[in-house]
Amino acid sequence: MSQTHRLPAGGHVERGATLTFRFDGRSYQGHPGDTLAAALLANGVRLVGRSFKYHRPRGIFSAGVEEPNALVELRSGARREPDTRATIAELFDGLVAESQTRQGSLAFDRMAVSGLAAPWLGAGFYYKTFMWPPRFWERVYEPLIRRAAGLGRASGLPDPDHYESAHAHCDVLVVGSGAAGLAAARAAGATGARVILAEQDFLLGGGLLAEPAQEGWRRTALDALAAMPEVTVMPRTTIFGFYDHGVLGAVERVADHLPEPPPHTPRQRFWTIRAAEVVLATGAHERLIAFPGNDRPGVMLAGSAAAYARRWAVRPGGTAVLFATHDAAYDSALALAEAGTRIAAILDPREDSPAMQHAREAGFTVRAGSEICDTIGGLALRGVRFRNHGGAGQEAALPADLLLVSGGWNPAVHLASQSGAPLVFDEALQAFLPGPPVQRERSAGACRGIHGIAAAAADGAEAGRAAAEGAGFPSGPAAPLPEAADASHAPFPLYEVRARGKAFVDLQDDVTAEDMRLAHREGFTHIEHAKRYTTHAMGTDQGKSGGIVGAAVLAEARGEPLGVVGLPRFRPYTTPVAWGAMAGEAVGQHFQPTRRTPLHRWHEEAGAVWMDAGIWKRPAYYPRPADADAWASVMREARAVRERAGICDVSTLGKIDIQGRDAAAFLDLVYANTFSTLAVGRARYGLMLREDGIVFDDGTTSRIGPQHFYMTTTTAQAGPVMQHLEFHLASCWPDLDVSLASVTDQWATMSIAGPRAREAIAPVIGGLDLSDAAFPFMAVGDCTAAGVPARLFRLSFSGEMAYEIAVPAGYADRVWRAVMAAGAAYGIEPYGVEALGLLRIEKGHVAGPELNGQTTAADCGLGRMLKKRGDFIGRALAGRPGLQDPSRPRLVGIRSVRPEQQIRAGSHLLEAGSSESLGWVTSVTRGVARPGWLGLAMLRDGEARIGTTLTAANPLFDEAAPVEIVSPHHYDPENARVRG
Amino acid sequence: MLRYSAFRIAAEGLRGNRGWTPTWRKAKPKPRYDVIVIGGGGHGLATAFYLAEVHGIRNVAVLERGLIGQGNTGRNTTIVRSNYLLPENNRFYEHSLKLWEGLEQSLGYNVMMSQRGVVNLFHNDAQRNAAIRRGNSMRLSGIDAELVDREGVRALCPLVDLDNSRYPVMGGLLQRRGGTARHDAVAWGFAHAADARGVDIIEHCEVTGLLIEGGAIGGVQTTRGEIRAPKVGLAVAGHTTTLTDMAGFPLPIETHLLQAFVSEGLKPLIDCVVTFGAGHFYISQSDKGGLVFGGGLDGYNSYGQRGTLREAEHVFAAGLSMIPALGRLRALRSWAGVMDMTPDGSPFICKTPVHGLYMTAGWCYGGFKATPGSGWCHAWTIAKDEPHPLNAAFTLERFREGRALDERGNGPYPWAQ
Amino acid sequence: MRIPCPHCGPRDEAEFAYRGDATKQRPAPDAGIEAFHDYVYLRANPRGWHEEWWQHAAGCRAWLRVRRHTVTHEIAAVTPA
Repeated sequence: MSQTHRLPAGGHVERGATLTFRFDGRSYQGHPGDTLAAALLANGVRLVGRSFKYHRPRGIFSAGVEEPNALVELRSGARREPDTRATIAELFDGLVAESQTRQGSLAFDRMAVSGLAAPWLGAGFYYKTFMWPPRFWERVYEPLIRRAAGLGRASGLPDPDHYESAHAHCDVLVVGSGAAGLAAARAAGATGARVILAEQDFLLGGGLLAEPAQEGWRRTALDALAAMPEVTVMPRTTIFGFYDHGVLGAVERVADHLPEPPPHTPRQRFWTIRAAEVVLATGAHERLIAFPGNDRPGVMLAGSAAAYARRWAVRPGGTAVLFATHDAAYDSALALAEAGTRIAAILDPREDSPAMQHAREAGFTVRAGSEICDTIGGLALRGVRFRNHGGAGQEAALPADLLLVSGGWNPAVHLASQSGAPLVFDEALQAFLPGPPVQRERSAGACRGIHGIAAAAADGAEAGRAAAEGAGFPSGPAAPLPEAADASHAPFPLYEVRARGKAFVDLQDDVTAEDMRLAHREGFTHIEHAKRYTTHAMGTDQGKSGGIVGAAVLAEARGEPLGVVGLPRFRPYTTPVAWGAMAGEAVGQHFQPTRRTPLHRWHEEAGAVWMDAGIWKRPAYYPRPADADAWASVMREARAVRERAGICDVSTLGKIDIQGRDAAAFLDLVYANTFSTLAVGRARYGLMLREDGIVFDDGTTSRIGPQHFYMTTTTAQAGPVMQHLEFHLASCWPDLDVSLASVTDQWATMSIAGPRAREAIAPVIGGLDLSDAAFPFMAVGDCTAAGVPARLFRLSFSGEMAYEIAVPAGYADRVWRAVMAAGAAYGIEPYGVEALGLLRIEKGHVAGPELNGQTTAADCGLGRMLKKRGDFIGRALAGRPGLQDPSRPRLVGIRSVRPEQQIRAGSHLLEAGSSESLGWVTSVTRGVARPGWLGLAMLRDGEARIGTTLTAANPLFDEAAPVEIVSPHHYDPENARVRG
Repeated sequence: MLRYSAFRIAAEGLRGNRGWTPTWRKAKPKPRYDVIVIGGGGHGLATAFYLAEVHGIRNVAVLERGLIGQGNTGRNTTIVRSNYLLPENNRFYEHSLKLWEGLEQSLGYNVMMSQRGVVNLFHNDAQRNAAIRRGNSMRLSGIDAELVDREGVRALCPLVDLDNSRYPVMGGLLQRRGGTARHDAVAWGFAHAADARGVDIIEHCEVTGLLIEGGAIGGVQTTRGEIRAPKVGLAVAGHTTTLTDMAGFPLPIETHLLQAFVSEGLKPLIDCVVTFGAGHFYISQSDKGGLVFGGGLDGYNSYGQRGTLREAEHVFAAGLSMIPALGRLRALRSWAGVMDMTPDGSPFICKTPVHGLYMTAGWCYGGFKATPGSGWCHAWTIAKDEPHPLNAAFTLERFREGRALDERGNGPYPWAQ
Repeated sequence: MRIPCPHCGPRDEAEFAYRGDATKQRPAPDAGIEAFHDYVYLRANPRGWHEEWWQHAAGCRAWLRVRRHTVTHEIAAVTPA
């Protein structure tokens, strides 16, 4: 029979529709509006999980985010979500869930025997054990522990769904939509302020949903909010963190209530909300009481049981006992009685109270001055044992299949605490309440100890009004507030009933009151130490129900007030957040932006193999069918440059336009060499140091006009160099008349190199005499290229005669094609970054592997570039003795003694028979001008070792190659070829 | 010393574990000690332990402002490794790793050192060459290192998306002896063992002033009175400059935030420690089942012990880009430690301008793995009044001399490390 | 955090780049190694109010002096360099 425990009427479920779902392989039915937990209870399912350490049977304990027990693996396949709280999982048709933390079936858990070893498995047992023999930890003990530990199983498959991130701004953010939150949102909204009301539940109303008498007010409030254009209501949205300056993080569960997200819809949306004022109306979580067997399926928080009865129209048990320490909990007995549950007794440690009297008048059996001291049953509750409070007299038993527990209420102060507010203990409520705010936030209603519908709503309305006023919206019409007779929530301070048996303070992590005392005995007397030692309040529920109970047990052991002992610190997140939501869209291919040069399409058409250079895509090489392998392509391209002409896209280099009266003086300060002497129409290689004297970047800078320079940087340092220049201009030399503009994206640049380079570009270039006399090495001039305004630079990175054409980015493709066409007659070939690297290594030019942020100018053989006079960044500290030390590794060239024997970058240079590293290989290639493996290296006493032979050792590969130490300039050391 | 012997554990289990006593005494300060160690984190407690164990100096007090092990010792991702590039670093961290390998037996306390392997992924030739240089540097220093290819990465952590559509994985540098340990247990274990050797561990004792006479330390002023000692060691990473400001000398340290995160508990999923080479991200799984992970600094000076949402988003994005199977798992908690960031990313274990005042400081975000090595070298430096060769390079003067130990070449910009 | 840029208004910290202590002045060119050592390496690190450089990198690119508390992260003043 289906839904045996569903009531015939009432509640917020749609009886007209039936949803079918499976739990542990069995099929059940429920209704829209159910959570998985509600639907399981409606079908009489009591046993839903096993506990973490002792594998004790566990049932549904709560009706919300505080749930410690009813964690399931929700959905299947790649969408499996372990550790999902059944109490908040919205039921949908076809839902599939499995219980977790069991070996075997729920009813017969093979690991339940670990309960027999319980005397030796108390808090911190692992710190004292498993130490001998020494090697057994990783091999024997730890694998056993790891297998036994953990909760649910991850799917291990990529998540098929996607996520979005979004931003919202508001004047007032209201968190929570119970009586306080609704009233706050309405009051704030009435002022005209932009209001966001965020509610984690799929229905708005919080506790009002279990108050049929307040349904009219709830609906009126929702209608009023819907009519306010500046109010945004966000259900299924959890505010998980309160960050600095009114920034809050939220997750909106867009499609978790559906079998799978509809097309083009994210599963969840991650919100960053920036709020001028925040009203926290997050309510409270009901407090458990520690007594032996307080974890048995059938033990449930009283308010949660009432919610199952009234909101979900489910009768969670046939015969119930209420164990409560305050008046407000008595209402749950009424709620259950209305649902047809027989209330066997109400047990209360107090001697008298108004609620007791009312309950007796209403015909309930109330046992004043009593307490539960044990529960009876196996996989489900069959009865309770009770006794006089304090333990005097005889124990007695009562049959019951449901035990309602309420030890008071824990205000949900997590967000207030995260925002920096201190927590203050309230003796009457036996609860920690938020203290004075640090940020622009205020709490309202139960989360600051103002319990009861009427009181919370009034408090919320005032908070909403005040928040709007704080955000600059002073007034709005007042709305009617609900009327209710609020019972007192102030509990008798009973946290634990001490009797024989396991009394849990943390159900999820199987932490008992005795564990807290053990921690105390072992010196872990502070709440933070005790928490870490026992793992109390460290489960997925973060101790929402029992955190304070463990603290109270510790307080008793210490003989100090609970207010002094305090609670464990609240850390984000208020409730766990899906990884995918936090990551948003910036994953996989979109983890970082992809930059493409203006010539990207041409390279693609040419079949380029791509490589990542930072976030840029650059052509590595252009394979041809005849090429045997990648090396063949690279060598072919490099040979074209050495023998004829090649063309390479160098648009990724950073470009900075520098203008102003003091531009030359500024360059003299930021470069280690002089630029003020540079003639207009000429370029110069420049070396930039950090202030600590280490090489920062290199590049060429050209003088376009007397007060106008054009700087190029390496691809990797384009951004940092720009920032470096801006910083020094602003902070050190604000009086200089210099303007800087990044023009990296504005100019496309292509390098044409090789002995036939001039002939190749000549047909394309207009307005310049390209002869060596008129346009020598390092000349710069304006011209046209394929009819487009352009700049031409005679620069070389390859060691060959070479030109760099810069054109506005939009014309890049046109000019490139024109050069290719004109150069065809001279055998021009495109070459990629690999050939570029080959050519510069052969030529002995330094690049990223040498300028790695650890080397000086002298290390790189560029020491003579440092100007002798005048200030420049890095000058002073480059003179430190450690950087002047002649034994520092210096740039040298290396050649494989056996030319075909590969050398690898990252090898270390050793003398024969030694394992002392004298240096390391930075860059290697096979040569084209000089066949065989060659490279660059940083070597101690490098110059002195030129001509000697060392071993390039590569123990990682078990390789050792004899190498000859040579000048870094493997090719054309006289630098004649660049001059034409 | 086998205080936690098998027999004792069995007997205690049978009598309700009522016979256990505090793991360390709650000592009250004496007026005078031979050595005062300021800071009851792992490094301070280890310093005290090795002073007693190696150097026989047992009249030692560890002064802790709050609780032991609640600073960065309790706020990290518990990774232990010695896979450094520069010889000064890899020799020191290897010494530390060797101490880790015998720590359970030295301390008589299970710190759950688990040599699960640490693999650093690389994604392009430049990164691979840097990994080869580093791995070879390790091997030449006698440290284990292996270069693994894509299949090797797959075998270590099958969930890594090798064909990541933005930055495919090329391989990884693996140190099999690296792994994780249980961070809290490290503090408690050192406290337990130091206490047993006579060290006074004094909690809730904040140092409010340093007694300096004629350029030499004579003791400290605390919230629990004046305590004198001819030698004082600082082990208060994250707050070192607060103490050195009292001593009147400036320090090249800035305090920055580093966040870390843990997921809900899960059955075993990730067996080793994996770091992403294309973004700041690293992950491992604890024995309890939580995935422990983190990323880069928040990027500005802070003592706030709470991180920003912005950096958290980046960490999660990097993690999911590396392991797409993490998407539906949930993060449970985040926390932030305050880091002593130095200009070169390397630490200080050294004497100071004040005679008799020593420090172990500047641990950046790598202090946990250094815990035993730092304590060992700090103790040596205090006992002998001169550094051990292992920490001889970790001086304050190295910047003045131009001998920075800049492992990554980032330059003197802690916020960019 | 949100930083009030004097040119652009309050903007998220994600738009800004950080560069530490803004109280240090670059020494005179011939001030010597010691002075430059202090400038480059010895930055103020207060547990409290801190004068620091931020650049509105993803906005107007202005360098700003920001007075910010390193525990509460409260911002007291922002002025252009």
